[in-house]
Amino acid sequence: MGVFTMGVFPSLVGSGTLDFSFKLAEAALAKGHTVNMWLSGNAVMMAKKGQRAFKDYSHLEKKMMELVGKGMAITVCEACAEARGYHKEDTPEGMKRASMDWYLAKTFKSDRVLHIGGE
Amino acid sequence: MGALKLCFVVQRPPYKSENPRLALTHSISSQTAEIHLEDGETVVPTLIFVGDGVLNATKNQQAMKLYGVTSTESHIKNGLLIDMPIWVCKEDMERLGLKEDQMIADAEDMGADLKTKFVSFAEIQKEIEACPHLLFF
Repeated sequence: MGVFTMGVFPSLVGSGTLDFSFKLAEAALAKGHTVNMWLSGNAVMMAKKGQRAFKDYSHLEKKMMELVGKGMAITVCEACAEARGYHKEDTPEGMKRASMDWYLAKTFKSDRVLHIGGE
Repeated sequence: MGALKLCFVVQRPPYKSENPRLALTHSISSQTAEIHLEDGETVVPTLIFVGDGVLNATKNQQAMKLYGVTSTESHIKNGLLIDMPIWVCKEDMERLGLKEDQMIADAEDMGADLKTKFVSFAEIQKEIEACPHLLFF
């Protein structure tokens, strides 16, 4: 099985691209691959506590926590988060915050890197 | 052990979205990626501007004056300062009516030795083919 690293940059509510990223991560985990996810740019808001689900909007928090429970490593870009008023105490259990070098370092030992850019 | 080549390919124009800036900040962060790696392991980025992305490399940007933020120009110069190869597609410059003297050619004012390379898309394609991982911004 391989190591799959995703760099994910699209915004949370309003972009189906983030939904796609989680579906792909779930499929990779189901196949037994190791999955790393780097959330940067607008995507950092994905990993913020206290999101409220509405049926009119995409809601991925539950899916994200389920995938973290299955071993997916999620790390949030610290600078992108702080710029958006999202602080360390808002980060859900099991997720890390780091600087951008985390993502670059993860590419080193990855069999595949998929960079999903922002809008 | 060894070095991993990464190509950061910027195709979006500056200031319209955050993408080109994130390409610059992420590629520059290669300088400290080693803290997460084993001894002897490193990542080596090349930053490539294609399509409307070549507009990021125009000189005399006034971002601080107009928007109160650091310019893409200053980030590109920081990239040259850390010896990160920066390539700009010649065909796309021509399409947009840009001449080399309108572009960021170097960062001599900051003490950088490396210069921007203005190259054909054929050369860019070769570089892309030599990179195991591509990051499109």
